Amino acid sequence: MLDLLFLTFTFPILGFTILAFARGRLAETPAAIVGVGSIGLSALTVLLLGFEFLRNPPVDHAWTQVLWTWMNVDGFAPRFALRLDALSLTMLGVITGVGFFIHLFASWYMRGDDGYDRYFSYMNLFVASMIFLVLGDNLLFLYFGWEGVGLCSYLLIGFWYKDPANGAAARKAFVVTRVGDTFMAVGLFVLFHELGTLEIQELLVLAPQKWAVGSNIATIAALLLLGGAVGKSAQLPLQTWLPDAMAGPTPVSALIHAATMVTAGVYLIARTHVLFELSPFALQMVGWVGAITLLMAGFTALTQTDIKRVLAYSTMSQIGYMFLALGAGAWSAAVFHLMTHAFFKALLFLSAGAVILAMHHEQDMFRMGGLRKKIPFVFWVFVIGCAGLVALPPTSGFFSKDEILWEAWANGHKDLYYAGLVGAFMTALYTGRMVFITFFGKPLSEQAEHPHPGHGIAHSLPLAVLAVAAVLGGFIHLPLESVLPQATHADVSAKHTIELVSVLTGLAGLALSAFLFLRAPGLVDALAKNPIGAVLRKTWQNAWWFDWTYDLVFKRPFLWFTRVNAKDGFDVAIGFIPLSLRALYGVAARTQTGQIRWYAMSIVAGAVLVLGVVLL
Amino acid sequence: MTDPIILVWLIAIPFIGGLLSWIGELAGGITYPRWIALGTMVLVLFLSIWLWLSGDYSMSGIAVPGAEPQWALEFQAPWIERFGISVHLGLDGLSMLLIVLTNLLGLMAVACSWKEIGRYVGFFHLNLLWNLGGVVAVFLALDLFLFFFFWEMMLVPMYFLIAIWGHNAPGGKGRIYAATKFFIFTQASGLLMLLAILGIVWVTHQATGAWSFDYEVLLKTEMSDEVQYLLMLGFFVAFMVKLPVVPFHSWLPDAHSQAPTAGSVDLAGILLKTAAYGLMRFGLPLFPEASASFAPVAMWLGCVGIVYGAFMTFSQNDVKRLVAYSSVSHMGFVLIGIYAGTEAALQGAVITMIAHGISAGALFILCGEVYERLHTRDLREMGGLWSRFPYLPPIVMFFCLAALGLPGLGNFVGEFLVLIGTWNVDKSVTIVAATGLIFAAVYSLMMIQRAFHGPAKSDEKLEDLNRREVATVMSLMALLLWLGVYPQPVLDTSAAAMQALHVLYAAAGGGP
Repeated sequence: MLDLLFLTFTFPILGFTILAFARGRLAETPAAIVGVGSIGLSALTVLLLGFEFLRNPPVDHAWTQVLWTWMNVDGFAPRFALRLDALSLTMLGVITGVGFFIHLFASWYMRGDDGYDRYFSYMNLFVASMIFLVLGDNLLFLYFGWEGVGLCSYLLIGFWYKDPANGAAARKAFVVTRVGDTFMAVGLFVLFHELGTLEIQELLVLAPQKWAVGSNIATIAALLLLGGAVGKSAQLPLQTWLPDAMAGPTPVSALIHAATMVTAGVYLIARTHVLFELSPFALQMVGWVGAITLLMAGFTALTQTDIKRVLAYSTMSQIGYMFLALGAGAWSAAVFHLMTHAFFKALLFLSAGAVILAMHHEQDMFRMGGLRKKIPFVFWVFVIGCAGLVALPPTSGFFSKDEILWEAWANGHKDLYYAGLVGAFMTALYTGRMVFITFFGKPLSEQAEHPHPGHGIAHSLPLAVLAVAAVLGGFIHLPLESVLPQATHADVSAKHTIELVSVLTGLAGLALSAFLFLRAPGLVDALAKNPIGAVLRKTWQNAWWFDWTYDLVFKRPFLWFTRVNAKDGFDVAIGFIPLSLRALYGVAARTQTGQIRWYAMSIVAGAVLVLGVVLL
Repeated sequence: MTDPIILVWLIAIPFIGGLLSWIGELAGGITYPRWIALGTMVLVLFLSIWLWLSGDYSMSGIAVPGAEPQWALEFQAPWIERFGISVHLGLDGLSMLLIVLTNLLGLMAVACSWKEIGRYVGFFHLNLLWNLGGVVAVFLALDLFLFFFFWEMMLVPMYFLIAIWGHNAPGGKGRIYAATKFFIFTQASGLLMLLAILGIVWVTHQATGAWSFDYEVLLKTEMSDEVQYLLMLGFFVAFMVKLPVVPFHSWLPDAHSQAPTAGSVDLAGILLKTAAYGLMRFGLPLFPEASASFAPVAMWLGCVGIVYGAFMTFSQNDVKRLVAYSSVSHMGFVLIGIYAGTEAALQGAVITMIAHGISAGALFILCGEVYERLHTRDLREMGGLWSRFPYLPPIVMFFCLAALGLPGLGNFVGEFLVLIGTWNVDKSVTIVAATGLIFAAVYSLMMIQRAFHGPAKSDEKLEDLNRREVATVMSLMALLLWLGVYPQPVLDTSAAAMQALHVLYAAAGGGP
C-alpha cells in the first residue's frame, strides 16, 4: 500500500507534461480537468497513504522507498529516496489537500486568461517539486525539490509576462532565494565532508556522535542551512522578495507564497532539528530571526494599501512565528502552526482573490470599502480567515499560536515569548485595519459600489472547505512525536493564563484597530502627519529600507560595473598589442621613402653608430 | 576484441566524408553534400556509440605512478621513425565520452546548417567534417607530434568556417577580424606548446639517448623542478587560451558572434573541450608536481573566469556573444575541477564538459533559428517573443535553466560535483565559485526577460520550429535530462581514468 508513495508526484508530473506539450492547444475545460484532476488524484493517494500509515504504522513510524541512486562518485552517492513519516505526511497533506482546493479555485479565477494551460502546467510542476522537497530522504534530493519550487515560483510570479514589472519581481524572487540556496549548498558541502553522507537520517544519527554540543562545526553547518531557510521562507535578511512576489496571480500567492513553498524553510529546520539542537547559538539565531521578522513585518503590514501586500507581510510575520517556535524548541508547535497557517492564509488569499476579481482587478484597499453587504459570502469567509490569523478561539490559529507562546514561555525563552505577544497585538491591529477598510465604511470607488460577486462551485467550494479547515483545523492531532522531540511541562495552570493573556492581547489589538479605523479615522491621519509619525510611516511603507539598501549596496555597483566594462577591459588591454605593432609598422614603413639620399644617410648614420659602439 | 583499426576509421571517415561532400557538390549540386555529410556523421556517431556500449572502460589511459597506461583500444603504426614519431592512437573512457559528444554535436551541426548555408555548400561541409575529424584525432592521439599536428590542423577549417560563412554582425568588427583573432590567439599559444613538446622530447633524449614523441615514453621522463614547471606552463598557456581562461578569453565572443551556427556549435560544444582534455591527458600526467604547485593559481583563474564571465554575460546585447561569455564562466568550473584533482571534482569537470557542450550547443542552434526568423540577434530588438512562437521560447528557457544550474539537468550535476570535490582542497575557491550559481541565475533570467518577456514588438506570429529543428533540440533536451537524473553510465565510463588521474595527482602533492 505504501508502495504507492511515488504516485503522489507522478500524477502532477504527468499533468505538467500533458499541459506543457499542449502549448495553448487545449481548451480551458480539458486543461482544468487535467490540471486540477492530477492534484486531486495526488490528494486521494495521500489520503489513502495517510489512512494506511495511521492504521498500520510502519516500523519506526517511517517508510522509505528508494527509487534509484542519483550518482555515485568516490563515496558521494545521493539517492532518490522517498521517506514517509509523520512530518512528511503532514506536509503532503497540506500540499495536496490545500493545493487541490487552490487549484480548483484557480480554475475559476484564471478563466479567460490566454495562458490557461500554461498556468496549470506550472502549478502542477510546482506541486511535484514541493512533494520532492518534503519526501526527499537525502539533502541533495531535498535541494532538487527546493530549486524546483523556486523555479516554479519564478515562472508563476512572472506569469503575466507582458508587464516587465512582473518579470522583475519574478527575477528578484529567484535571485534572492538563490542567495540563500547557495548558503545551503555550501552547508551541504560542510555536512558531506564532515559526516560523509547527505542521507538525512544518517546525518541525524552521525552528527551527535561526532560533534559536541556547541562545537563550531555544528554551528557553521546549522547556520548555513538557516541561510537557505531564510531565503526560501522570506525571513530577515532575505525577506525582500516576498511582497513583490504578489505580482503573480492570487491563487499562486495562496499556494506558493502562503501555504507551501515559503514554509519550506520551517520544514528544513524541523527536518534537521538534531543539527540545530547541537548548536544552541544557531538555534537562538533561528528564534531571533523569527522574532525580528515577525515584528518588522507586522509594522510594515500596518502601512500597506494593497490588500495582497498586507497579506504578504502577514505571511512573513506568521512564518516568523514558526521560526520563533523552532528557536524556542517548540518543534511540533512550529509544524502545527505551519499547517493551520496554510489553512487560514490560503483562505485569506483566495477570498482576497475573490474580492479582487469582484472589484475588476483592483487591489488597493482604499478603493474598496463597504463590501460587507455586497459580497457577504466572501466577507464571512474572509472574517473567518482573519479570526484564525488573530488567533481567536476556537479557530485553528488559536491552538497553534498559543501552543507556540506557551512552549516559548515554558522552555524559558521569555524574550521570544514577549516578542510573540507584541506580534500578536500587531497582527490583530493590521488584520482589523484590513477588514475594516475593505469591508466596512462607505464604498470608496466606483467599482466598490457595484462589485461583481463570483459564483459557481469552483469559486465557493474551496472557500467554504478552507473556512471549515481554518476553524476546525486546530483539533487535528499531528502524530509528530515520532519525528520531533516533545517537551513535557507539568505546569498546565500557567498554560491557561498564557492563553488568556494572548486572547486578550488579540482582542485589545482588534479593539484599538476598530477605534482607529472605524471610529476615528482622523486620528490616524493626524498621527501620520506628526513628524515622528511621518518618518515611521515612511520607514514602514518602505519595509525598513531593506530594498533601498540592497539596491545601493549590491544592485547598483553590479550594474555600474557591467556598464562601464561592457567592452571587456581584458580585450581592450590585449588590443594594445596589435595596436602597438601597427604603430611600429607605421614607423618602419615610413623609413622606406624610396629616396637614395635618405638611404645613404641612414647607412652613414648606422655605420657611425656601430663604430661608436665598437670604439667606445 | 574489437580491431583497433576502428580508431583510424573514426578519424578517417569524417575526412573522407568531407572530401566526398565537396566532390558531391561539384558533381551533383548542393543537396548532395548535405546528405553525404549527414550520412557520414550518422555513421561515425553510431560507430562511436557502438564502441562505447561494447567496450570495456574499467582500465585507464592515465597511469597511476609505477603502472603503464591501459587502453581499451590501442593502435600504433610507425611514421617518422628517425625521431621516434608514430601514429599512436589510444582510447579510454575519457576520450570515448568526448568522441561521442563530438560526433553527436557534429551531427547537430550538420543538421542546423541545412538551410542556413547556401554558398559553397560542399566546401563548407568539407571544412566542418575535417574539423570534426581533427578533434576526434586530438582525443585519440598518443604521440605528441601527432597530437600537435591535429591540434593545429583543426584550426584551419574553423578559420575558414568563420571567415567564409560567418556573419558580419552589426557592431562587430567583421568575420575576417574574428577569424584572424581566433587564429592568432590559438596559433600563438600553440607555438608555446610546441616549444614545450620539443623541450620535453629533448630532455628525454638527453636522459635516454633516443628520440621519442610517444606519450607513454615521455610520461617516464625525469625532470628538474624548474624545467618541469616551465614546460608545464607551455602546455598550460595553450590550453588556457583554448578553454578559454580569463584574461585570454576575448577571441571567443568575437569568434562566436561572427561564426555560422555550425561553427558556434562546434566551437563551444567541442573545441573548448579539447583544452580540458589536454589538461587531463597531458598537462597533469606529464607534469604532476609542477601542476600541483601551480594549482592554486589555476583554481583562482577559474574563479575569476566564473565571476568575470558571468558579469560580462550580463552586459551583452548580442545573444551569441552572451552565450559565448557564459561559456567562459562555465569553463571556470572545469578548470577548478581539474586542478582540485579529487575524484569528485574531476568527474564533475567531465560532466560539466559534456553538459555544457550539449546546452551551449543547443543554445547556439536556437540562436541561429531565432536569427533566421527575426534577422537580428540583438536583444534590444527582441522582447515579448513568448507570444509569437509556441515552442521556441520554452525550449530556450529549458537550456537557460540548464545553464543556471537547475538540479535535474546535467550542468547541475557537473558543477555540484566540482564544488563538493573542491571543498576540502580550497574552501575559499569553492565559495567564490559557488557565487557563480547566483550570477548565472542573474544573467540567464535577464536574457529570458529581454528576449521573451515584456511587451511584444509586434503581434505578427513567427514561423515556429519545423520538425527537423524540433527533433534536433528535443533530443538534446532529453540528453540533458538524462545526465541530470541518471549520470551514472557517463560517470562509470570515465571513472577509471579520473581515479587514476586523482591518484597520480595526489601522489605529486595535489589535491587536499
